[in-house]
This record gives sequence, C-alpha cells and structure tokens, in this order.
Amino acid sequence: MTLRIVNARLIDPASGRDAAGDVLIERGRIAALDGDARAARAERTLDAAGQVVAPGLIDLAARLREPGEEYKATLESEMEAAVAGGVTSLACPPDTDPPLDEPGLVDMLRRRARALARARLYPVGALTVKLQGETLTEMAELAESGCVAFSQANIPLQDTQMLWRALQYAGSFGFSVWLRPAEPWLSRGGVAHDGDVATRLGLPGIPSFAETIAIGTILELVRATGTRVHLCRLSSEAGVALVRAAKREGLPVSCDVGVHHLHLCEVDLGYFDAQCRLDPPLRAQRDRDALSEGVADGTIDCVCSDHTPVDDDAKHQPFAEAAPGATALELLLPLMLRWGALKKRSLVQTLAPISCAPARILGVQSGRIEIGAPGDLVVFDPEAPTRMTPDALKSQGKNTPFLGYELPGRVRATIVAGKVVHEGE
Amino acid sequence: MRRNPQLNKNGELQHLLSIEGLPREVLERVLATADSFIGVTEREVKKVPLLRGKSVFNLFFEPSTRTRTTFEIAAKRLSADVINLNIAASSQSKGESLLDTVANLSAMQADIFVVRHGSSGAPFLIAQHVKPHEHVVNAGDGRHAHPTQGLLDLYTLRHYKKDFTRLTVAIVGDVLHSRVARSLIHGLTTLGTPEVRVIGPQTLIPTGVEALGVHVYRNMREGLKGCDAVVMLRLQNERMRGALLPSAQEFFKHYGLTADKLALAAPDAIVMHPGPMNRGVEIDSSVADGPHSVILPQVTFGIAVRMAVMSMVAGASA
Amino acid sequence: MTALPDAEQLCLQLADAIRPQLTPNTAMIGLYTGGVWLAERLHDLLGIAEPLGTLDIAFYRDDYHQQGLARDPKRSKIPFSIEGRDLLLVDDVLFTGRTVRAAMNELFDYGRPARILLAVLADRGGRQLPICAQYCGARVEVPAGARLRLRRTEEGRLSLQLEHAT
Repeated sequence: MTLRIVNARLIDPASGRDAAGDVLIERGRIAALDGDARAARAERTLDAAGQVVAPGLIDLAARLREPGEEYKATLESEMEAAVAGGVTSLACPPDTDPPLDEPGLVDMLRRRARALARARLYPVGALTVKLQGETLTEMAELAESGCVAFSQANIPLQDTQMLWRALQYAGSFGFSVWLRPAEPWLSRGGVAHDGDVATRLGLPGIPSFAETIAIGTILELVRATGTRVHLCRLSSEAGVALVRAAKREGLPVSCDVGVHHLHLCEVDLGYFDAQCRLDPPLRAQRDRDALSEGVADGTIDCVCSDHTPVDDDAKHQPFAEAAPGATALELLLPLMLRWGALKKRSLVQTLAPISCAPARILGVQSGRIEIGAPGDLVVFDPEAPTRMTPDALKSQGKNTPFLGYELPGRVRATIVAGKVVHEGE
Repeated sequence: MRRNPQLNKNGELQHLLSIEGLPREVLERVLATADSFIGVTEREVKKVPLLRGKSVFNLFFEPSTRTRTTFEIAAKRLSADVINLNIAASSQSKGESLLDTVANLSAMQADIFVVRHGSSGAPFLIAQHVKPHEHVVNAGDGRHAHPTQGLLDLYTLRHYKKDFTRLTVAIVGDVLHSRVARSLIHGLTTLGTPEVRVIGPQTLIPTGVEALGVHVYRNMREGLKGCDAVVMLRLQNERMRGALLPSAQEFFKHYGLTADKLALAAPDAIVMHPGPMNRGVEIDSSVADGPHSVILPQVTFGIAVRMAVMSMVAGASA
Repeated sequence: MTALPDAEQLCLQLADAIRPQLTPNTAMIGLYTGGVWLAERLHDLLGIAEPLGTLDIAFYRDDYHQQGLARDPKRSKIPFSIEGRDLLLVDDVLFTGRTVRAAMNELFDYGRPARILLAVLADRGGRQLPICAQYCGARVEVPAGARLRLRRTEEGRLSLQLEHAT
C-alpha cells in the first residue's frame, strides 16, 4: 500500500520546516518527500490543497478506561476519538482496573489496540503492585511486554523510602519513571486550588506547595539516583520555576502539562462548574500564565490531553463529589491551536509540544516528517472551526469544560503507518 | 461572566442559593419584606394566604432539626403545604443520585425545594436542573453558604444597629468550615459595612479570606476592640481535638467569648450566634444569656426572613 | 377632558360626611400608600381618639401568582383590638374592588369586627367585585389604561394625578 499526499503545507516541528510539499508513504514509512514524492506512483493520492500536513499527534496521557471501566469508555470508542483528534500515538497511564501491573494485562491491551488498528498505544506500567505503593512491579517483564515507562498515575507514593527504591530499581534498567508531583497528605481531601475561589466557594483546597514539595522530593531523589524522571501535569507557577532550575542544573528531568491548564484557571469554576473539576486542580491565573510561558520557553516539554472520559452520572454531581477529568483527545489539537494563536506562536512552535517533543520522551521515531520515519500524519485545516458538541465527539466521555465552544482547527484525515484511519469532513 | 443563576431576567430573586453576587437592592428588599412579616408573626393569626396550594419540599441531605423546623414554620405561615424529607436516611443511602432524587420529587409537583446538603454547591446543581416554575432555597451547603442565616443575621444587625455603613462586626471561631460566616461576610460587604473582622487561629481561617473584604485577627482581644457586633460561630465537636485545635478548653480560653473579652467591644455591642451553641466552648453562659445577647431574637427574625425569601422566590417567574 | 377635583377640598368634604356617623366604637384603618395619607388627614380632621391603623395588603393580593410579591411591602400595624369594632377602611381610589377584598381578608386575620365601612377619595368605577364605598369624595372618569392615584408633596399637600400607561 502506497499513499501520496500532495499540495500540502508540510509542517515538521522537529526540523522547523513549514513549506509547501508532498509526502509518499510506502510500507508504513515515509519513503519520499517533495519532488520525489510527487513523481512517485501511489495506490492512493490525497490532495491536501489548503491543508496542513503535520506529524500525527503524540499524547502522553490518555485514559482509555480499559480494562475495568468499560461503562465509562471502551478501547474502541477512545481509539476512534484519538484518530478523530489527529492523535496517532498515545501513552495510557496504568490506573485501570486492575492497574497495569502484570505483563498479561499489558499484552492483552496492546493486542486489542493492534487489532483495532487505530492509534499506536504505549502503555505506561504501574510502578508498584496495584499502585498501592508497597511492592515494586516486575518492571523488566512489563517493559518486555511493551511498557514504555513506569508510573503511579494520579496516586502518589506516600512512602519516600519506597519512591527512592523505585527510582533506583527503574534506573538500573534504564527505565524512566513518570511521576505526578503531589504531596499526598497536603492534597488529601482537596478538590480545588487552595486560593480565593476555593475560599469563596467553600471547597476544600489543595495548596500549590503540595506540588512544589513533591517536586522538591523527587528532584532530590533524581540527584541521588540519576534515574530519568518525567514530571506529569504541572499545575503551578512555582512548580514550573523548580523544573526550570532543575533543567539548568542538568538533571535528567522532563515535564508536561495538561492542555486545559493552559487555558483555564480557578475563576472558571464559576458557580461550581463540575466540568472544571480536574486533577490537578485549576489554579490561579498567574499559575496558568506561568504554565503557558513554560510551554513557550521549553521548560515544559510536552502538552498532553490528560484525556479522562467521565460519564454523566459521575459528572453531574456537586462539585466535590463529581469525578475529576475531562474528555480531551479530540480537543488537544484545537486547544493547542487556540494556545498558539493567543501566545502568537508559529504552527511549528505550536505543534512541537504535541509531536516531536513527546516522541523524544517516549523514545519513538514518530513525531517527525523525514524519510524513514513512521508514516503517521495528520491533515488538518487550521482555519476551519469545530464546535464541541456531544454528538460531534467520538469519545464516550462527553464532559469537557469546552462543551458548546467553537474551537479552531478541523482534522481532515489521520494516517497511521500509511493507512488512512480517519477521514473528517 | 455568566448571569447569576439566582436571578431571573428581570433581576428578581428566582432561587436563593448564596448571598454572594446579589445586588444590594435585592438584599434590602428581602430585609424590608421580612420586616412586614414580623408584623404577621406578632398577630393572633400568624398566617397569610400567599403560598396557598403550593408545596414546599424540605430536602435535607444532612440532618438539622432546627433549620428544618424554622423553614417548616415559615412555609406553614405562608399557607404552603410542607413535606419534610430526611434524605440522609433514605434514597441517597440506596445509591440514588442527587438529580434523580430531585427529578422524582419534581414529579410530585413541588414548587419550592429547601435544600440542605453536605457538599458545597449542591443547591446550584439542583437549581440548574429544576423546571422553570420550581424554586430552590439553599438551607446550607457544605462550607459554602447559608444565605437565610446570613440574611437573618443582617436583619438582626439592622434591627439593633440601623446603619451598616458605620458598623464594625467581628466573626469569631471556625471560619474555615463555616457557611454562616461566608454568607454573612458577603452580606455585610454588599451593604457597605466598613469593617468586617474574622478572628480565629490560623488553622480555622481559610486561605486568602482577605479577598472577601475582611481583616484577619489571630488575637481575639485585639480583634474585639470597638466592635459593634460579635458573631460567634459554632465549633463542631469533631474539630475540637485534632490537627486544627488541641482541645476545646484551650480554644475557649483564647477564642471563647467571655464577659471580660466582650468588655473590649463597644459598650452597646450585640452578641449573635447561629446556634446551636456550645456553652463553655465558644461562648460563656453569662454572655449567651446576658444583656448583650440577641441570640433568641435572631431565631424569631429567622422565621420572618424565611417567609420573605420563600414568598419572593415563589412569586418570581423564570 | 375635565380637570381632576382638588384632593384637599375632597378631604374636607369627606370628613364632613363621615363626622355625623362616628361612634366611640369607630376606629380608622388606612391602606398603603395613598389610603394611609388620606387616613392620616381624616384621622386629624375627625379627632378620632383611637390611634390610626395601617394595612399593607401585599400578602393578600390575588395577583401574587401572576405578579409576584409587591416590591416594598410595609408592615401592617393595627394598634388596637378590632374585635367588635366599627372599622372605617380608608383608601385613595376605588377601582376594581380587589384591594378592598384583600384588606377585608387581612382584617379578619386580626379578629372579627362588628362592621366595616369604606371611605375613598375618588371612585373611578370599573368594579370587578360586589364592593361599594359608603363615603366617596368624587366620581372621576378615567380613560382605560390610565391610572388615578393620590400624590403627596413634601409639604404634605395632597393631589390627585392621572398617570398614563407608557
């Protein structure tokens, strides 16, 4: 199967390219570019006039709810959502039910994903058995079955001795550990940023220092062990500052932010809008601005969707009782385009945190347009708007703070390994 | 900013969910209306026909005999039919969701839902889902708001002190968990009270409370100086000993209202308490029963204020 | 259109009409807002010993379900027992009769009077209930849609005014 895309505006954040061009994909990989591609013969040709062709998006955190929570979403629905959003690779955190702590579970998940032939799935294995923080998982086994990293998802380790050992062990095999920095005692019971809005609404708060204290602990352990750590879902200005300093120091750390946190802040809770109940919580406006600046200046490597399908029963609850999370696979590209427009970033700069940067964290070859790279592409119109209605969303989770919004960008086609897996209008 | 969900398009009170965000005129209208109802409560026949044929559902997801009773009396004095539902003991424990419960009751032709819920914001959620002719009155949600209590506190203050723009009011104790404090603070600032103080140990004062327009005092003696009114908050039993406070005794010593501490306030200061009181924890009996105390009149005013609120919301179209 | 009658003049005439029929058992009650102004004046002119009662019928109106609660209800004050009394109810303008109906309902929540008489400054016709005034200052023709009401200046002068619906 050969696929040729012609007349495109080719954007490759890895090389900084933004120019008209053509691509040829052969046997799942990019085989030729521009003149060579144009001249080649292909079984199928897509005319991408007026469209952007970029590397398929790579999302470092998308919950697919399988195994165990199929009433919230299924692999079928969420993989469909991924490709509808132009996401061609995604990492899923291990907080499924049961958690991804056994090679068998990981194997099965990957087999199911392969059979669906949508986006590529990169499971993140549990760092401890059942995420309970007591026993290390068989990380080497899990890695053999396909785990790309190890994590506690949103359930932080309380025991710092355990965290130290886990980093030592993972580091012995060269695995990286993904950690959500949240000091468990300070986060306990909180549902919103401990600030003006939580005080006004009478919601139990989570102080910013729950994040910075955890980052401080993690960084000390990185210094001690040398293990590569990826910090997940930064939420505070002070957190960004700590990471900036750690990178300057040369520590092997990277980090990401959820895309909602680039746009929303505590004020958006309004009158207890449970759509804005997220984990980590939306913090103050200055935190949001610092996160946004952190992405712009590269302190924050990647932006992820933190896709979390939540069903209506769980969402239509009083704020504190509502399940945290929002559906976001299909909003990642539009929200990044919106961010890029607000921050006056070029498309190359806007797409880097959702393509080549996360590819580097995952250690995969996709996320770039060059000969030999996997043929994973997204074709989109950056000008055409999309209205985020429940019907328009393929994800089984219909809850998002942006429900009803019109956001920039419309995915016309998504290509994984040279195969068109999604065609939009 | 979205329209305040409590007001209809004419700016009338359609639900009462929180004092925050209500314009001064609306608050003043509630107080004026409550004042007329005081006249009714002093009559031989303490009933007016306003809500004849209407059904008031007292929806208490959290037990509270006192507040429920005052709402019940108020509704009955407006000639409404009152249905008391102690949800804490029924459907929720069977796993029914909040909105399902409300939908079910709505099918029984409710006109007003009086809602008490342990979770901040629950009445807002209900108000978003009721039919246009149904009204929601918040009878206390989590730590967020207790607007009828706030209004009756405002009524009491106006009754004894007349002019809000010359008052210094201190709110003492567990502000962190207090919906009463939040509602009163919003009411006082909206009505132009120049000096609102909150007094308590840092463990019981919420982060950034200054943003609500109050001054924080850690030392009660300092904070009481020159106050025209002292509002004592109830300290819940479960908070008397633990990470927030070492003991009820130590709390009383430093933050309990005693006659000698009250002497620091203005000579004609009034003492208020939302009840039920913990004598010897937040307030000394000699003060609670003393000449400065207006704690019992508060209860009487509370009925008139709730009559005012229910008659105002039930008469406002969607 | 003819000029409206002078309210001050009507007050005197009304007092003269009422005076012969006053008994020691008579007590006077004014209806907010115009009725109270008029009642205060009549109360003075007639030298009634019993203090004046005032009634705001906001809680008894029959249009509550359409209009909602009146904006600024006043506290009704009846500073005497109405049980067995001859009550003289005073209002500025008699129109549909609904206000008087509401006032009588409210009065019966205070007790059982022996008799209720009605005095109004002006009767504009248009009754919707079987109610009539025993004492009436003047009959006034009012165009449909217009509103006739009593005004009081800062110096306390009363006058009738016609307000056209906008």
